[in-house]
Amino acid sequence: MVTEGITTPGAGWRRAGGSDVAGDGVRAHGTGRRRKGRRGGRRGRGGEVPMVEEADFTSYYGRPIIKPPVWKSPDVPLYLFLGGAAGSSAILGAIADLTGRPALTRVSRLTAGGGSILSVVFLIHDLGRPERFLHMLRVIKPTSPLSIGSYILAPFSAAAGATAAVELLGWFPRLKRFGGVVAGLFGGPLATYTGVLLANTAVPSWHAPHRELPFVFGGSAMAAGGGVTMVFTPVAEAGPSRKMAVTGAAIELAVVHRVENGFGIVSEPFHTGRAGTLLRAAKACTAAGAGLTLLTGRSRAGAVVSGVLLAAGSLLTRFGVFEAGMASAKDPKYTVVPQRERMAARAAQNGHASTVSR
Amino acid sequence: MTTVSSASPAFTGNDPQNRLFGPLPDVQGEAGYATDHPARVGFFTDTSVCIGCKACEVACKEWNTLPMDDSYGNRDTLGLSGMSYDNTGQLGANTWRHVAFIEQVRTVDLPMPTMGPPATRQDGITDAPDEAEPGDSVVTAQTSVLNAEALSEFDPQTSQSGDREIRWLMSSDVCKHCTHAGCLDVCPTGALFRTEFGTVVVQGDICNGCGYCVPSCPYGVINQRKDDGRVFKCTMCYDRLTDGLQPACASACPTQSIQFGDLDELQARADARLETLKRQGVESARLYGRDEDDGVGGNGAFFLLLDEPEVYGLPPDPIVTTRDLPAMWRSAAAAAAMMVGVALSAVLGSRRS
Repeated sequence: MVTEGITTPGAGWRRAGGSDVAGDGVRAHGTGRRRKGRRGGRRGRGGEVPMVEEADFTSYYGRPIIKPPVWKSPDVPLYLFLGGAAGSSAILGAIADLTGRPALTRVSRLTAGGGSILSVVFLIHDLGRPERFLHMLRVIKPTSPLSIGSYILAPFSAAAGATAAVELLGWFPRLKRFGGVVAGLFGGPLATYTGVLLANTAVPSWHAPHRELPFVFGGSAMAAGGGVTMVFTPVAEAGPSRKMAVTGAAIELAVVHRVENGFGIVSEPFHTGRAGTLLRAAKACTAAGAGLTLLTGRSRAGAVVSGVLLAAGSLLTRFGVFEAGMASAKDPKYTVVPQRERMAARAAQNGHASTVSR
Repeated sequence: MTTVSSASPAFTGNDPQNRLFGPLPDVQGEAGYATDHPARVGFFTDTSVCIGCKACEVACKEWNTLPMDDSYGNRDTLGLSGMSYDNTGQLGANTWRHVAFIEQVRTVDLPMPTMGPPATRQDGITDAPDEAEPGDSVVTAQTSVLNAEALSEFDPQTSQSGDREIRWLMSSDVCKHCTHAGCLDVCPTGALFRTEFGTVVVQGDICNGCGYCVPSCPYGVINQRKDDGRVFKCTMCYDRLTDGLQPACASACPTQSIQFGDLDELQARADARLETLKRQGVESARLYGRDEDDGVGGNGAFFLLLDEPEVYGLPPDPIVTTRDLPAMWRSAAAAAAMMVGVALSAVLGSRRS
């Protein structure tokens, strides 16, 4: 049969010097990863990991299409973790204060204050021009999660930091309660806006689960905050910490599972490479921490071990999600294939198979 | 306070529709400029006449005094990329025009193109190919062959050697100056702003190097200069525009592959050019970034391409990430409420010691 003419799109053109597949160099590299992905998938329980079909795609010499984030590791994952732990501790501290639990209140306030100050340090350290940090507050833009986040982080860290300081110094008891409540109000948004921060990018594996990421980070924050406060609070008063930690861990595990499996090819980076290792470790820590909390949380040693495991699980989750996004940004496959699928779905919906211009 | 908002058209309250994505007839107006602002300007890059001379790259580097870098954006290093004649590699903080080179081969299992009768050949050039009788394989074959020959005749990018056809695709890539620019939407400092010409520019004295714009660009244009900390990208020569000059790259382009002008005029010109190419039988020609209904509301700098966008390193279906931001904020609010709920029930459900 006579092939379509030279002028028909695709008409047999291959990159010269490459293999006989359009993506050439990239595809070889992609295949290796895929094999790894399958192995990782089998390790997951019950074969629930969808097998991702060999993706056929084209790229410009295997170069990534989008620029990978310039955010530094460990600065940003640590910021995400500390902000989350501080945020959930602040909520717990405010409620514990209002219901008369002095030991839990004190621990929660110190965790929230310390976490918030440290998270601000990491955030500023990550800037290309740290001395210009205050430029964050010269405009307010609802379209920029980092702008909104700055207006959450600034009052939160001020309130939580001041509350922790007066807690240590023992001054102004009534101001302490006010500060604690203010921090508690900003704590939830601080812990969940970071999900929006990552999702509101062109990074495929962050953008696709944009509805889930705030819940991942919210659940993870509660596991971390509950875990940390559990370690330092007398077990008799740490009941709320244990409950919050276990619920948070359950939410984290459930939503992470959804992120890892519900988004086709862009779920793949969550299973493979460094991100896959980190997230498997995260799940092991979180699940073990939650289980041990239920079994041994009422003993001192049990509380310490399970609290540390929960915090470690949360920390590893942040690193894992961060690394998965970086991996998805660096491989053009994750940019091109989902966009092609989207176009094909749109064309099918419009009832005509478009092959030329999109 | 200036009346010009550095926020995106979204949330300025001037336009209830299309604030986050979709067509915007008056980009500058939505950004807060008074009605007497200049017309929106742009680039139309017609890759079918690009000869890959890189005059645009050089002119851009010289005018904007951009530092030298290799194909991975490493500053002050020389390096060969191994990617055809492209040692520039990609757009980045130090590279605001990038000429992509794609060498392609194709095995021709067609009759020798020179065998076609001259009379038919004339028809083949002037007639639209779909006028050929459907199902008539001979006519189709001839049309294809003649198209191939026609293309190689007017297109220096394609040539034939034995049973193989070789072509070079060359395309000068640049910042797209999107109608809904992800970088502009997410910039927390207001360093990125919409100019009176409808372009998107970074203010170097405001940028604090947070880097949020970098992964938010669906085209991978803007990047951070590591030793400087701030981000940089094409300004469409904002300084030249304010003095009534055209951008350096467009001035330097010897084949008018890079055309600068008012955006609506360029769009009309591009539509006409596409029409011409299609009539000549170049079925693979397509406009990229021209469609104002695409995921970024159309580009201020758009292209005529001869192959799929991803062949040139362009995303086939880019969307501005902030299109989904309302859903994300709702999700974050729900998750925050969930945290308060869980904490409340955890405290209230525990016996006080």
